[in-house]
Amino acid sequence: MSGPSTYEPKSGFTKWMDERLPIIRFGADLMDFPTPKNLNYWWTFGGILAACLAIQIVTGIVLAMHYVANTQMAFASVERIMRDIDFGWLIRNIHANGASMFFLAVYIHMFRGMYYGSYKNPREVIWILGVVIYFLMMATAFMGYVLPWGQMSFHGSAVITNLIGAIPLIGEPIKTYLMGGPAIGDPTLNRFFSLHYLLPFVIAGIVVLHIWALHVPGNNNPTGVSVKDVKKDTVPFHPYYTVKDGFAIVIFLILFALFVFYFPNALGHADNSVEANPLQTPAHIVPEWYLLPFYAILRAVTFDIGPIPAKLLGVIAMFGAIVVLFILPWLDTSKVRSMRYRPVARSLFVVFAFASVGLGFCGANDPDKFVFNFGPDKVALVYTDTNRQPQREVSDDYAALRARQSALPPTAGAAIEVQSEGFKWLWLSQILGAYYFLYFLVFLPLLGVIEKPKPRPASIADSVRKKHGSATPAAAAH
Amino acid sequence: MRFAKLALAGLAALAVSAVAVPVLAQEHGAPAGETGHAAGAGGHELMAPAHGWHHEEFFGTFDQNQLQRGFKVFTEVCSSCHGMKLLSFRNLGEQGGPFYEARYPNPNDNPAVKEIAAKYVNQIPSIDPDSGDPVKMPAKTSDRILGPYASDIAARVVNGGALPPDLSVIAKARHGGAAYVYSLLNGYHTPPAGLTVAAGQHYNAYFGGDTAASWSGDPRHKPPGGFLAMASPLATANVTFDDGTPTNLPQMAEDVATFLAWASDPKAVARKQMGAAVIPFLILLSILVFLSYKAIWRNVEH
Ligand code: HEC
Ligand code: HEM
Repeated sequence: MSGPSTYEPKSGFTKWMDERLPIIRFGADLMDFPTPKNLNYWWTFGGILAACLAIQIVTGIVLAMHYVANTQMAFASVERIMRDIDFGWLIRNIHANGASMFFLAVYIHMFRGMYYGSYKNPREVIWILGVVIYFLMMATAFMGYVLPWGQMSFHGSAVITNLIGAIPLIGEPIKTYLMGGPAIGDPTLNRFFSLHYLLPFVIAGIVVLHIWALHVPGNNNPTGVSVKDVKKDTVPFHPYYTVKDGFAIVIFLILFALFVFYFPNALGHADNSVEANPLQTPAHIVPEWYLLPFYAILRAVTFDIGPIPAKLLGVIAMFGAIVVLFILPWLDTSKVRSMRYRPVARSLFVVFAFASVGLGFCGANDPDKFVFNFGPDKVALVYTDTNRQPQREVSDDYAALRARQSALPPTAGAAIEVQSEGFKWLWLSQILGAYYFLYFLVFLPLLGVIEKPKPRPASIADSVRKKHGSATPAAAAH
Repeated sequence: MRFAKLALAGLAALAVSAVAVPVLAQEHGAPAGETGHAAGAGGHELMAPAHGWHHEEFFGTFDQNQLQRGFKVFTEVCSSCHGMKLLSFRNLGEQGGPFYEARYPNPNDNPAVKEIAAKYVNQIPSIDPDSGDPVKMPAKTSDRILGPYASDIAARVVNGGALPPDLSVIAKARHGGAAYVYSLLNGYHTPPAGLTVAAGQHYNAYFGGDTAASWSGDPRHKPPGGFLAMASPLATANVTFDDGTPTNLPQMAEDVATFLAWASDPKAVARKQMGAAVIPFLILLSILVFLSYKAIWRNVEH
């Protein structure tokens, strides 16, 4: 849809420039880009994401002027930014909460793409580049979270590097390169800082490719119907979408500001205000919220399959959960883009979205704790009987068990413990994790064949006319 | 279409709530039964003074007198075991701090701060220029507020193997913040019958941990809290407040907890004040941009 350029240089300077470096033409064409007129607010998240990346880079560069990548000084240097640098608290709160805002936006952006089939022919490459950006964002955020050198920074990075170590053959060497030695320490912190500075610029480069790829077929739209007539179906990007995206960005910044100014630590973890101590492991190691669904999938695999141990399977499942996104364009066999016209796929998608959020909650909770309890707690008497067999007697009545306990010989080693039963978070994460993969690997491929889509509008212009009930299209202002 | 919109809106709401849940969790202390370093609270509703925590409110500020009282409790009681090494004495005289005075925009000139630094019990390790021997020097306003021990090992030796943590960020490093410190200082209840307390340990109803192993009764009714090496620091303390506030344990605990909350995040008040300007500005801006949007799209069906 990029079509022939409509830019006309007017002044002497712009004509001169146009013949040498047509950068003004490039900008003008970008602004003039024909964009479907029926885009809804879910389409504003691209602009929001660009704003997020810019915010992270600018605040990050300022933080890097004061941050010290040394295990003895990192924690104190971040606190110094908060206390002694002019507006350091503001810059740091924006950067730390900005990462969460960035992920909130990217998740909405991705679910938008999945719902409206934006990954399908001819937009596969746009989608794949998006998944690459998402993957790099996770890597960047993971390494950034290590920099303040709190307890979660340290022990979280230990969990992740150990996972990589679980990969057969290549795992151990990769782990050693990543850590810069046999254990997490100064070399690790230094290379994480270096990569954390580098990767956002790599992301920015891929964002350029992502937008370039977008400008070949043009935007998808809520009907999924391709643009038929540029005049009737589209409006120029500027001013129509600059103002709409601008509005959405300001609304998003209000939410952002609420966190920065009033709940700056709400998305963080109190343990990260305790300086890293390799000898003391926190009781619950949890990653940042935006990585929790993958953490839940990792921990959901508690069984070996054949020769593959559970730990490796968990790692495979976790990476697999991201890898399926790369091949999504070919897993979905339906020719219809928008789920508006795919009633079955739409319901399964809604369940998928809830399952993904649910997995996040599973990741935040101890897998062996209960989502809900089956009735009140009981007590259990555990002891070894005269045949050296372990025994367990469960009862509601503590006094009765107590009497049984005193009747047993001391060699029985009897003890009374709480016995609770309930629905484990582990089971929920197994159910939701199974749904996650079923959705991609079974439902989407099958539905394209068996589902009967609803009739679609003939064109974008047609769809908006029907909505407004007018007979003739109103003249576009441009 | 309605349904799809609703579902997607629901999803967005869920995503936002996933973000908001920790906000609430943090405001209301640790989830029951959680243990570990930052946990605290021992699965137990935290205590608060009758009038609540003013500094935690949306536009809440600190009472400077209370910060001074809290600092006094810290110097007279806590500083014999704990340091606050992320703070310098001058921080006490900065805007919003306990000894800030508009007359002294540079806190290094503030006589109250100078005097506090010079008289501080824990002096600064230095080298004697004449003999080359290690010596201790009175602090200057630019020096850090150190603890009494030369090393962590020395601290552990004196405290039965436990390390008194640096208190600079303690309110940020525990769920519940000031409420946790306050509850901990008030929470040295007499151990209930059936609970064995090991030598050198003290039962506290709010400390993170597990009493199960030391409890001889019905395990479903084990007492809340845990055991720590710090004896009730305020049980025998008798800090005389310069502003005439009566001295009692809850008052000292509240004041020192508030002071520690200030120290953990000395820019909190400035932060909230800036938010009170930025957010209305953004709301106004959003209205203007929305009106432009309406005007530009006026003639386009979409
Ligand atoms: C006699 C030395 C001593 C004094 C005085 C003292 N503490 Fe402690 N404090 C300790 C030790 C030792 C620990 C570590 C306890 C443990 O982990 O078992 C500790 C731990 C703490 C903790 C951390 C508890 C946790 O959740 O891990 C806080 C908060 C605390 N003290 C506050 C205070 C305050 C406030 C005062 C002054 C009112 C004070 N302390 C006075 C020795 C002391
Ligand atoms: C893709 C964009 C980025 C993301 C998602 C991101 C994410 C993060 C995260 C999650 C943290 C830890 C926050 C905390 O708890 O303190 C962090 C810290 C940090 N980041 Fe970034 N970051 C990005 C870009 C950058 C850039 C471009 C720079 C430097 C040029 C940078 C420099 C830093 C520094 C110095 C810290 C340590 C200070 C601190 O912890 O606050 N970041 N980042």
